[in-house]
Amino acid sequence: MRRAFPRGLVAAAAASALVLSACGGDDNGGGDTGGGGDKPASVKLGFMGDLTGENSGIVIPPKNGAQMAIDEYNATNPATKIELVPYDSQGVPEQATALAQQALNQDKIVGLVGPAFSGESQQVGPILEEGKIPSVSASATNVTLGEKGWKYWHRILPGDRIQGTGIGEFIARATKAKKVFVIHDNQDYSKGIADFVTEALKGKGVALETDVIDPKASDYSSTVNKVKPAAPDAIFYGGYYAQAGPLLKQLREAGVTARFLSGDGSLDAGLAKGAGGTNADGAIVGCPCLVDPTGEANEKSKKFVDAYKAKFKTAPAIYSAEGYDAATAFVEAIKAGKTTSEDINAFLSTVDVPGVTKQIKFGANGEPAGGDVYVYEFKGQSYTLLGSSKDAEIS
Amino acid sequence: MLTRTRDQVSGGMDSVRDRWARASRWERWVVYVALIVAALLLPSQTIGAFMTPQSDWPTVLFYPIGIYILLAIGLNVVVGQAGLLDLGYVAFFAIGGYMMAVVGTKFGWSFWEVLVVGVVASALSGIVLGAPTLRLRGDYLAIVTLGFGEIVRKVAENTDYIGGPRGIAGIPHPPNLTEFEMFGVRPLRYGVLDPRPYYYLLVFIIVLTIIFAKRLENSRVGRSWSAIREDEDAAELMGVPTFKFKLAAFAIGASIGGAAGVVWASKVISIIPANFPFILSATILAAVVLGGSGNIPGVMLGAFLIAWLPERFRALQDYRVLAFGAVLVLMMILRPEGLLPSKRRKAELAEGGGGSGHLGAEVAAPVADSEPETTVGTR
Amino acid sequence: MFENLINQFWPATVDGLSLGAIYALVALGYTMVYGVLRLINFAHSEIFMIGTVAALFTVTTIGVSAPLSGLALIGMLILLAVVGMLVAGASAVALEYVAYRPLRRRGAGRLAALISAIGASLFLQQLFALLVIPRLFDRPQQGGRLPVQSPDWVERSDVISIGDFVVRNDKLLIIIAAVLMMVALDQFVRRTKLGRGIRATAQDPETAVLMGVNIDRIVTATFAIGGAMAGVAAALYLMRFESTHFFVGFLLGIKAFTAAVLGGIGNLRGALVGGFALGLIELYGSVLFGSEWRDVVAFSVLVLVLMFRPSGILGESLQRARA
Repeated sequence: MRRAFPRGLVAAAAASALVLSACGGDDNGGGDTGGGGDKPASVKLGFMGDLTGENSGIVIPPKNGAQMAIDEYNATNPATKIELVPYDSQGVPEQATALAQQALNQDKIVGLVGPAFSGESQQVGPILEEGKIPSVSASATNVTLGEKGWKYWHRILPGDRIQGTGIGEFIARATKAKKVFVIHDNQDYSKGIADFVTEALKGKGVALETDVIDPKASDYSSTVNKVKPAAPDAIFYGGYYAQAGPLLKQLREAGVTARFLSGDGSLDAGLAKGAGGTNADGAIVGCPCLVDPTGEANEKSKKFVDAYKAKFKTAPAIYSAEGYDAATAFVEAIKAGKTTSEDINAFLSTVDVPGVTKQIKFGANGEPAGGDVYVYEFKGQSYTLLGSSKDAEIS
Repeated sequence: MLTRTRDQVSGGMDSVRDRWARASRWERWVVYVALIVAALLLPSQTIGAFMTPQSDWPTVLFYPIGIYILLAIGLNVVVGQAGLLDLGYVAFFAIGGYMMAVVGTKFGWSFWEVLVVGVVASALSGIVLGAPTLRLRGDYLAIVTLGFGEIVRKVAENTDYIGGPRGIAGIPHPPNLTEFEMFGVRPLRYGVLDPRPYYYLLVFIIVLTIIFAKRLENSRVGRSWSAIREDEDAAELMGVPTFKFKLAAFAIGASIGGAAGVVWASKVISIIPANFPFILSATILAAVVLGGSGNIPGVMLGAFLIAWLPERFRALQDYRVLAFGAVLVLMMILRPEGLLPSKRRKAELAEGGGGSGHLGAEVAAPVADSEPETTVGTR
Repeated sequence: MFENLINQFWPATVDGLSLGAIYALVALGYTMVYGVLRLINFAHSEIFMIGTVAALFTVTTIGVSAPLSGLALIGMLILLAVVGMLVAGASAVALEYVAYRPLRRRGAGRLAALISAIGASLFLQQLFALLVIPRLFDRPQQGGRLPVQSPDWVERSDVISIGDFVVRNDKLLIIIAAVLMMVALDQFVRRTKLGRGIRATAQDPETAVLMGVNIDRIVTATFAIGGAMAGVAAALYLMRFESTHFFVGFLLGIKAFTAAVLGGIGNLRGALVGGFALGLIELYGSVLFGSEWRDVVAFSVLVLVLMFRPSGILGESLQRARA
């Protein structure tokens, strides 16, 4: 036994090493290049977000949008092509940081579209900042991201303060509600947007009540029991459709008929499905994003929608156009001959071209120079664009 | 065939253990130093290319690998040595992390000062949790500690002073000690881009913790814990102040968890309540049991595997958690005593007590195998 | 603060009892398995989830043209409960066979069994998220983690009025169903041979063996019955919420286990009492302190109760003579 041991163990170790190295493992560092006078043949652009986890439904559309912009550019046979490298963080900040280090040190990306969520942006931001890699997020709307003084961070859509204020003002103006009940699920995004809506409504002299639900629980009866006697004219929910739907369902089943509103986390057919039946009819959801499945908003939008449908065999969804615009910003930089991350970043502060959702232009702090909040109304299993929160009317 | 390989591997490990027991002090020290040097040399990109080809190896070495190892050593004190079933260990990790966050950002203290505060605060919270609950029977303790873990997280979510669901950002890094450079690394400069200084710091703390835990194990305290773990009533009868020692185990385990939280928070610089879910408690417990509850090298190995394998097999993506669950079940079926069980544990298992004292099986195995047997250890 | 509670007393009570009824039925599974095996069956929450998926699939396949009420509703509910009982019960038996029986044969400790339970729980969650739900409900694999809705099959109507508060039919049905199942189970355990075998094994397994009880069969039966109860809970859950998803068992399982301990682990009636008590505590606590403190209130009450009454409200099963 004693003599058998070392040999057996060594054999086992060797075997497992072989097996482990055979599976998984994969391409790192593929072609590209470093500094030097000549323009490289190809550069790497990263895309980071939750590609396979629970929330991949709102990350895959912008990835598709970005991919489309890149592919359109590569098809023109340019001197420097772009390769879009996906990084699946599953929305988990710790995974995002390890991937960001990898992207910076091993893959040598020159820019990043993303991260998709605000949580991962908080932790990845400092790494990109010190590594001097520019990023443009198509969906991270947390207000604090723009307040950190990061020079390499940008986003292509307005943050939650603008969204919350826009929705709040819309509620006061278009629904003429005198009393509003604000509900959220006490997560970072949800509470943030609920707070901004509350602030805007207070400013308009609307009476308010609030309550909180537990996103892991299914039973919201304690909240429903508070809403019913309060008899509000409108209800605003800050959070995601996976909870908004069932909440709306339980409210309607309890006989609460007040108009239901929510923010971009609920802009998904899942809201109607979760609410069941016709409970979601008339629900209005705001978003700093432009979702225009029929291409009505403008010419560029129509072109984008047609091309997206042809390429991905499905209509564009939430943030797809924003993903397209974010990638376009990088494409413009590379078209202009900028191929190092610092040059690209310098270019981004001056870029000014029309995009699908808005003019692609960034302010000094990385926030987009313009940007409306749009409101959508649900009917049946889908939603339609009502217009901008500033002037849209409810039919 | 499976049993034969299993027996061969067990036999192999037994002979390693025998050799170790016979080794002289000098020989042991050589091995220790070699291990520490090896640990310091780990974060190289060549090793990384094999270990985690799809994400940054030094970052992964810090978290999850290093942090899980430290947490496992801490939980091992509670579960493995004292035999207390704690399902809410993440609470102490959270308390340490929030200590670093709050005291670091609101009061501007430096990392080392906060480390002391964090350890003390976690130990205190261990005592506060333990005092009313440690008189309860083992399984009740499980659900209560689980509840405590959730309570800590919920309180963090609901309290705006410590950031609420937004958490706290801008946590300070440990202060740079020198710009001294060695082999291309500045090991005492804590920036954002290079995870290696944090890793070395963590290795340092882990080594200290191991020394501390080993000393405890071989002391009167450790022996009392073994007595409590095997049969609390008998221990009490023999004059062991069980409650006091159980409380001490809780506090010590908590302080190690808190230390891990402080170090981790100072690297990631922003924390939110969602960083501390129940699944993390369950994962660390799995690491302890998988590795060999009660045995420090065992739990370190368990934590390493549990932290590293999902990263290594990123290619499996979606199926990672599925595979993790299956591996846990399989490992328990094939080797319930863990990969590197402590000698004592093996003896307990052979005795039929289930290998963890009063946490052992109480229902007889199916008729064919059972023989009425008492579980009070007399060996 | 307290006048809120008085205003909302009846809604909070009815909602608390109906939530607690579901907790109680799931708690039965935890308490029975614990009583017989001293094992915390962490994966029981997934057995419940499997029950909801089976029930939802049944409703979707049968199809309803319009929401049901009255006898049709009760009929459908019974059908779903039977489907739930069969599927969940069978799953529980399979779970025991795969994840726990091999450990019992090896004499592995409870700690190992707990880890195996956690692993089985994770495995089942992911299995359903990745494979079963997408296949059963015809969606792409990524959609497996999203909630699944059932067609609207419940016509909600008001049934009894107390002052100006009306009790809804579905909530009342849930409470009645849970009590009925509990009475049935209680009778079963007291009067049948299998029931006596279960009690005997819970009390003293070694003597039970000497008395001719087949432990393996008892364990299988225990899991089957516990699973069946969870299956009934699943049907009731589906009636109340008309949806499910792969993670639905997690929080509910923790609460149900808490309810089992609160009522006295190993004690069947304790599961009912603990379940209702926990439901009421959660609802009253929400009214008093705000919904965000619901869980904190629930766990704090648990700790308080255990401090003063370490065996839970009704005490551990009387048949267990351990200190």
